[in-house]
Amino acid sequence: MKQHLLSGNEAIARGAYEAGVKVCSAYPGTPSTEIFENLPQYQDVLYCEWAPNEKVATEVAYGAAMAGVRSLCAMKHVGVNVAADPIFTAAYDGVSKGFVIVSADDPSMHSSQNEQDNRYYAKFARMALVEPSDSQECLDFIKAAYDISERFDMPVLFRTTTRISHSKSLVTFGEREEQEVIPYERNAAKFVCTPANAYRNHPKVEANLAALEEYGNTCPLNKLEMKGSKVGVITASIAYQYAKDAFPEDTSFLKLGLTYPLPMKLIRDFAAKVETLYVIEELEPFMEEQILAAGIPCTGKRLVGRMHEQNPQRLRQELFGTAPETVDVGVKAVSRPPALCPGCPHRGFFYTMSKGKDFVVTGDIGCYTLGAAAPLNAMDTCVCMGGGFSVGMGMAKAFKTTGQKKKVFGVLGDSTFFHSGMTGAAEILYNKGEMIPVVLDNSITGMTGHQDNPGTGFNLQGEIAAAIKIENVLRSFGYENVIIVDPQDLTAMQKAVDDALASPVPAAIIARRPCLLIKRISHDTGLCVVDQDACIGCKKCLKVGCPALFVKNGKSHIDPNQCVGCTVCAQVCPVGAISRKETK
Amino acid sequence: MMARQSALLVGVGGQGAILAAKILVTGLMDAGYDVKMSEVHGMSQRGGSVSTQVHWGEKVYSPVIGPGAADILVAFEKMEAVRYAEFLKPGGVAVINDYELPSSTVAAGLCEYPAGCLEAMQSHFRCVALNAEETAEKLGSAKCMNVVLFGAMAKALNLDHIDWEAVIRRVVPEKFLTLNLAAYRAGREAVR
Repeated sequence: MKQHLLSGNEAIARGAYEAGVKVCSAYPGTPSTEIFENLPQYQDVLYCEWAPNEKVATEVAYGAAMAGVRSLCAMKHVGVNVAADPIFTAAYDGVSKGFVIVSADDPSMHSSQNEQDNRYYAKFARMALVEPSDSQECLDFIKAAYDISERFDMPVLFRTTTRISHSKSLVTFGEREEQEVIPYERNAAKFVCTPANAYRNHPKVEANLAALEEYGNTCPLNKLEMKGSKVGVITASIAYQYAKDAFPEDTSFLKLGLTYPLPMKLIRDFAAKVETLYVIEELEPFMEEQILAAGIPCTGKRLVGRMHEQNPQRLRQELFGTAPETVDVGVKAVSRPPALCPGCPHRGFFYTMSKGKDFVVTGDIGCYTLGAAAPLNAMDTCVCMGGGFSVGMGMAKAFKTTGQKKKVFGVLGDSTFFHSGMTGAAEILYNKGEMIPVVLDNSITGMTGHQDNPGTGFNLQGEIAAAIKIENVLRSFGYENVIIVDPQDLTAMQKAVDDALASPVPAAIIARRPCLLIKRISHDTGLCVVDQDACIGCKKCLKVGCPALFVKNGKSHIDPNQCVGCTVCAQVCPVGAISRKETK
Repeated sequence: MMARQSALLVGVGGQGAILAAKILVTGLMDAGYDVKMSEVHGMSQRGGSVSTQVHWGEKVYSPVIGPGAADILVAFEKMEAVRYAEFLKPGGVAVINDYELPSSTVAAGLCEYPAGCLEAMQSHFRCVALNAEETAEKLGSAKCMNVVLFGAMAKALNLDHIDWEAVIRRVVPEKFLTLNLAAYRAGREAVR
């Protein structure tokens, strides 16, 4: 049988295809993004799209499941917060055909603002939870998740972590099974969430969950691996892999794949067969709390940390006190933080912001969050998607009530604008916000690896799509002075800021220049060089925070391999020592 | 049962560690090993420190390792060797590119690039040090630096029952094949 080395995300896409899924919608977010990047290869038999945000994606997928086809939506863990509203109603109303919501959690926050444990969403919203532990299970379990969704009439939360989504392991494929189409018929009592219907639906949800728990006791996703009778481990997800490495060979395992509702009878039977019972899980004591509440003694979080990613060596140390043998070479590496790329269009904007003494910059989630890093240090806050505008609004109101003379700039990107920035833009205008909304439009969803959005003119399949102009949206709201500027021209950027601040009518700035990494357009790149005789070693150019710039023997130098000739450093140089050669 | 082996490839975003890892896992899969590989995407694309782990054996469970568990460390940049040294087993091998890439913090003058990275590694581990950048440039393109390092790694790993040149022929696009085969051989040469 041919084996493929696939990431969990690639395997989920394949599994959805094999499960006969027909409608798929998502918003990109690390570590979930590659699931949907791998769906267009199956577009002959399924529809897939990038939605403007996770709430929309969930609603689209749920609508399809109500209409009678299997559907999929996927998001990073914090995306589920955005999508929580429709998810909770879907849990009460149930489905016509299978509906699976993938939540990709990020323990250790490799690229996230928190490490929330989304398993609790299943318990909270009252729906099934399925957790794979490697890529083969990503494929197999997603197919099982659709069967569970249909048999128990509920959405299934399919939860991965970074190490499930991004690790690659061997996978064997199956065939796609087309699903029987259920002709649509109106069912308002089920799908219209009036209070009266919701009141009647809730008992059904509880009954379905009770039946699902019973099923969990014999379900093939939950697997018993009996070895010795001394030590037993209940575990799931990536923690299973860590525990298999950390515990001795003669340890017995109850490895769970259906983790909500927990199969308490199966757990009780397993507990009776072993002398000592451990519950091993990453992050929160989700399973342990429930097992203890059922009156089954077990050990887990008393020894194993509830923060950050686990690994076999850490687990062994926490459980058995055996520290790994390591070598200290005596030299310390300095930090190598990510930085805005050479030629990044955001650099000119943040450099301009760094010059304003009384500027407050409320930022957002994206590449431009790197504007907060040294040496730019040009961001005050970053909370969540869309928060750049509305957090700034609150700060501006607070400054006004306390008489503090601050100038607030709310900053977010083009994809974020469509995600949840538009509501903030309405808020600022409606409630007379004294702040400047700024859209850093690099014409792509950058940080997640270049996905299209409603402003780029292309869809997930790479086909030409409607390109919604941000300036048209802002003008239609009532921003009478929308200033569009190339942020790489520092003089123009400064003037845009000054003009916006002085504007007698509501003003907004769109700093527009495409990301240099966009492959489908040509970019005007070149190379900047430093005249070593002219350089006075003042290091002003270093203030733009470009990775291509460095100082050697007291003078500035530019790494020709990294420089793209954006000239931002040249515009900052007080003696004109930096110039651009036209060709690289 | 063959004990599980772990390789840790570290460097700076954009140095091409992914291709080296791809050649490695393709060869290991051909040889019939269970293989797992892990890397972190996201912020690391923006010039940060990056790492890729490859694990193989009869059966592999965890796709990641903690400190003191790697059999071989391949550093595409020498300060990164020091950063990840604690992950290397005390008796492990380090393949180090004798090449310095200042971090943005160093470039901005906020701190200094540490001195003696290579020497520190050499005094604690069995090391293979080579300037893969220079070797690659002599062969015609700095871009094949990753395959030079792969060659050194393949030799150091003693996985000679795998026909690595055949694997490279399958993984690398036709027009870069001659360059990359030369890079692979030059990397092997560096290990004595």
